Amino acid sequence: MAVGESPIERPGLGARVKTLFLSQEGVLLVIAIVAVLLLSTQTDRFLTVDNILNQARLMTEVGLVALPMTFIIITGGIDLSVGSTFGLAAVMLGWSWMNAGLPLELTIFVALGTGLVCGLFNGWFIVRVGVPPLIMTLATLALYRGLALGISQARSARGYPEWFYQLGQGQVLGVPTQVWLLVVATVIAAIILARTVFGRAIYAIGNNELGARFSGLKVDLYKLLIYAFSGTMAGLAGYIFVSRVSTTRSDMGTGLELDAIAAVVLGGTSINGGTGSIAGTAIGVVLIQLLKNGLSLAGLKGDATIVVIGAVLILAILLNNYIQRRTGAAA
Amino acid sequence: MTATTQPVTPAPASFAGRASSLLRPLYSSQEGVLLLLLVGLIVVVGTANPRFLAQRNISDVLQNTSYTAIAAIGMSMVIISGNIDVSVGSLIGVLATISGQMAVSGYPIWLAWLVPLFFGGVAGAINGFFVAYLRIPAIVVTLGMMSILKGGLILWTGGAWIYDLPEEFHLAQQAPLGVPMPVYFMIGLTIVAALWMRYSPTGRAIYAVGGNREAARLSGINERAVLMQVFIIHGVLAGVASVMFGTQFTTIQSTVPPGLEMVIITAAVVGGVSILGGTGTVIGSTLASIVIRAIASAMIFIDISPYWLQAVQGVMILLTVLADILRRRRQIRLIRG
Repeated sequence: MAVGESPIERPGLGARVKTLFLSQEGVLLVIAIVAVLLLSTQTDRFLTVDNILNQARLMTEVGLVALPMTFIIITGGIDLSVGSTFGLAAVMLGWSWMNAGLPLELTIFVALGTGLVCGLFNGWFIVRVGVPPLIMTLATLALYRGLALGISQARSARGYPEWFYQLGQGQVLGVPTQVWLLVVATVIAAIILARTVFGRAIYAIGNNELGARFSGLKVDLYKLLIYAFSGTMAGLAGYIFVSRVSTTRSDMGTGLELDAIAAVVLGGTSINGGTGSIAGTAIGVVLIQLLKNGLSLAGLKGDATIVVIGAVLILAILLNNYIQRRTGAAA
Repeated sequence: MTATTQPVTPAPASFAGRASSLLRPLYSSQEGVLLLLLVGLIVVVGTANPRFLAQRNISDVLQNTSYTAIAAIGMSMVIISGNIDVSVGSLIGVLATISGQMAVSGYPIWLAWLVPLFFGGVAGAINGFFVAYLRIPAIVVTLGMMSILKGGLILWTGGAWIYDLPEEFHLAQQAPLGVPMPVYFMIGLTIVAALWMRYSPTGRAIYAVGGNREAARLSGINERAVLMQVFIIHGVLAGVASVMFGTQFTTIQSTVPPGLEMVIITAAVVGGVSILGGTGTVIGSTLASIVIRAIASAMIFIDISPYWLQAVQGVMILLTVLADILRRRRQIRLIRG
């Protein structure tokens, strides 16, 4: 948890905050190391290059969505519609190619455009009309999924040419193609959040939105941008997912919001806004993928993993709250 | 607590209520809007296809509505208190499975009907504890709870259907005086809940807590206890809904009905429960449940693909929320002059 990044910290607290910061990150790292050690003793299939690269491939979609989710949760908002946006983008991709006859090369723009429109729609109502993010994105969770279902009529689109699978199933320099994308996106997001005026404004909005507004920050514009960012990344993740699994279905991405929010919160971003970091989110995404991998190697079916992720989400929040209360007591 | 003592402060937090007392007349019109919608639907679709109004279809619509309407009563209370519960669909799936498992395992039928109510209350208490005492946002708690319940159910049953349920287990198939049993439950529970929320101190306190939690606490309301009660009642009502749901067919599918929580939330919101908390009635949510089910049925009769139903629900929820927010804005402008 990047408490140290909070702009309202008093300097006298520095040392104390630093140890907390270290302990939070330390806790996560210790958990990660223990998980890796446990898994490698359980099965020799875990600590292999193939498995690690494959896990990186599998976590790309959640990772891409978790980046903008970090920005949004730091502002005190939330985006529950990412899973539905993901599904709608996938369906629009398949529909525009199979039914509307668009060249497959252009469907990347359909997927990204669908995501962008979905995100702008959320952001516009949140910013201009003043609908709380939770409510707005809960409504569009239903709406976007409904559109995906209606447009596809619950039929799948498949039979893509070979080159289309390069992004989802191919490799570049021995590493899955989409993992490069995730790494680059993570680094860019981390720099934007930590080192730009825009990024610092995100923290300011989360700590005190009215204050940020009175300080002359373009709060409305920034919020609109991060929701548009979130939709676009969900669209991109949807495109990658279709390329990976070779088909489109209207129920794709169901529950994606849970994975993304769990990763962000596990990474130390406060659900109440104001604190958090991309580095934390990255560790959160990796930890959740480790958990999933470990459970499936231990012979548990996919349904067991959502039980664990649900529990992790609640426990991570409890941990965050506990640490925040200690920080608060220290102040 | 009467309407006049409700907080009228324009609170900064987005969830805080604003001038809820002044809005009550407007909200009572939400039920009017729904009635008009229902009448319009009956006239238009009934003319296009008279079979829509056949007694059998009306009876079907009402019966299939009942369990969502009953769950929407509890959801209305949760939303009025300023919270949300996305785990209720999964909870109903789990409770219906528990009920069915008990029935086929030879437990007395009345026990198979009552135990889901108990476990529903327990699940509600767990959610309530996290929300009221640990102050974790309800969306996060119930999102986590949803995946625990959903995954746990499939782990437990392996997705196997429950067959060979005893004949007398099928409470929802009974129809005293020709009216399906669930309809009695729906109407009875709606009336009791409406009266309780309007006249009992705890019922009034739900509005106060949803309107402005801090103000409610400062005026001597034990807001934590109120929230606990809301979530427990909501869980017990989900138990009743699960019995209505589980006993209507000859098998129980042992899975979570997909999107059920959204239908229930939609019913509560479209029924006029302000999603910002603090206002609304359960009569509206029951009416809205009936309207949603009638629309689903009408789509079949006028030959629209049922795959569009969820999109229609999404639009309904969005329009209601927008109307709600615009109404509140106008009120605030009026207050400020």
